Amino acid sequence: MPYTADKPPLAETPEQLRARIPGWGADLDPADRPSYPREVRGLETGAHWDLPEQQQERQPRERSIEHARLTPVFGTSVPLKGLSGVVRRFAYQRFSEGRAAHWLLLIGADRVDAVESHLASFATTRPDNPVTETGVLAEPSHHPLRSRAGRVDVRHQVLDPLVVVGPWVLSGVVIYRGVRAVVRQARSWGP
Amino acid sequence: MRAMVYRGPYKIRVEEKDLPRVEHPNDAIVRVTTAAICGSDLHLYHGLMPDTRVGSTFGHEFVGVVHDIGPSVRNLAVGDRVMVPFNIYCGTCFFCARGLYSNCHNVNPNATAVGGIYGYSHTTGGYDGGQAEYVRVPFADVGPTIVPDWMDEEDAVLCTDALATGYFGAQLADIVEGDVVVVFGAGPVGLFAARSAWLMGAGRVIVVDHLDDRLEMARTFAYAETVNFTQHKDIVVEMKRTTGWLGADRVIDAVGAEADGNLLQHVTGAKLKLQGGSPIALNWAIDSVRKGGTVSVMGAYGPIFSAVKFGDAMNKGLTLRMNQAPVKRQWPRLFEHMRSGYLKPNDIVTHRIPLEHIAEGYHIFSAKLDGCIKPLVVPGAA
Repeated sequence: MPYTADKPPLAETPEQLRARIPGWGADLDPADRPSYPREVRGLETGAHWDLPEQQQERQPRERSIEHARLTPVFGTSVPLKGLSGVVRRFAYQRFSEGRAAHWLLLIGADRVDAVESHLASFATTRPDNPVTETGVLAEPSHHPLRSRAGRVDVRHQVLDPLVVVGPWVLSGVVIYRGVRAVVRQARSWGP
Repeated sequence: MRAMVYRGPYKIRVEEKDLPRVEHPNDAIVRVTTAAICGSDLHLYHGLMPDTRVGSTFGHEFVGVVHDIGPSVRNLAVGDRVMVPFNIYCGTCFFCARGLYSNCHNVNPNATAVGGIYGYSHTTGGYDGGQAEYVRVPFADVGPTIVPDWMDEEDAVLCTDALATGYFGAQLADIVEGDVVVVFGAGPVGLFAARSAWLMGAGRVIVVDHLDDRLEMARTFAYAETVNFTQHKDIVVEMKRTTGWLGADRVIDAVGAEADGNLLQHVTGAKLKLQGGSPIALNWAIDSVRKGGTVSVMGAYGPIFSAVKFGDAMNKGLTLRMNQAPVKRQWPRLFEHMRSGYLKPNDIVTHRIPLEHIAEGYHIFSAKLDGCIKPLVVPGAA
């Protein structure tokens, strides 16, 4: 069969499918499909401008060098700051989106941002708490074993705690060793 | 206001944030009444998306009530109940003028390779999202639509992305009557794509996943045949076998970057973030479709290169079609289908989570506990 011109016959006729499945064939005609063709002109969008007004740039806004200008509208959720901000600004100013360095620097800056932000949180009244923030407290009440029984992806989920907790443990060890070294040094200078 | 805030990979919390304000004459501020967590939010949550900044608020699927408007807003008024497409778009640039709303050139200074999206990192423009009590909605005259009186709140929030994306994905597959359609991934987008494939006249729809709860939903909600890929030594061979050794006419990738894959794919993609996600589902799609067939990619991938089997795609003469869905273009026809009883989107909702418990919600969704398929987020419900 597969090596002839015929396609294997279907188990159900169009009439059977129409009877079994609500709406079967309602969009058979491509003209009824809203994204056919994908590009069309003359759609009513509600816009009443040719070029939108420019949103005020209250502080220097990073942008891709593949843009000729700052776009008329942009997000302002988290302005650049700290070392991660330096790396991000460099990535935007130096490399186009076509360069791997652009994205790898941004990914690297994300990791720097997380470390910076965790450290900064310890100087606030609400330090980061990896227990509550990872949501693992939901585990006991949501069938942790039954939900994972026989699942193929569970073998890699064991890496998740390593990724989340590992840096915290590593940081703790580094801080402990640092403090211990300082204390030992101080004692050695003692009377 | 209370808002979900990203604190680094796998870590989020709810914080007090300043109310968003009108920053452009055509902005609206919307008080969120229901939001959703999308599978693609997990890419952010896991730290896969470049330039995801600590302190940002996720959420690109939400409905709410207009709280404030800028001076040039004509089409909305304070108090209107609105549904907001996940795309932020101007309506008049080269791309919007051709209906490519998801590729707007006027809203994302950070990248030209992607348009503007709420709460989806600075790579998509640096906008805060709707997993919060309030959200800034740019181009209020273009994106939002007043929720029809007959439409349920949960159905409305599913129209803002998942349903529209699944429906769009089936359209990109160029389905003709009698086609054999395979959908990889039985998450919300895959379920809606499978259901939409029938609307376009598919002769057979097969959904592939490994989670039994989701495959059950694919059978009951999407009327699809199902295949659990863990029960087959090689899923590509199984797809060939079940299609008379031709391959499927159309294949839809509704998995994206979170595919588990083998250890190498998982570590380089999900853990080291050195790929734009693990492309295993896309590679299965390329190898499972018949020669000359179409692969529609609805799964979201990051901007970093991914190890895609492009040679197979070329040698098989495939048509690869993909885009973020231009959501609002789908709505008039989708609304007709909903009113006709062909689609009931909130049948797939499994969890409703108060905003204050969103960290647990993300964990449940990410770890796929309790058969979680689609979690909604309700501000003020704690």
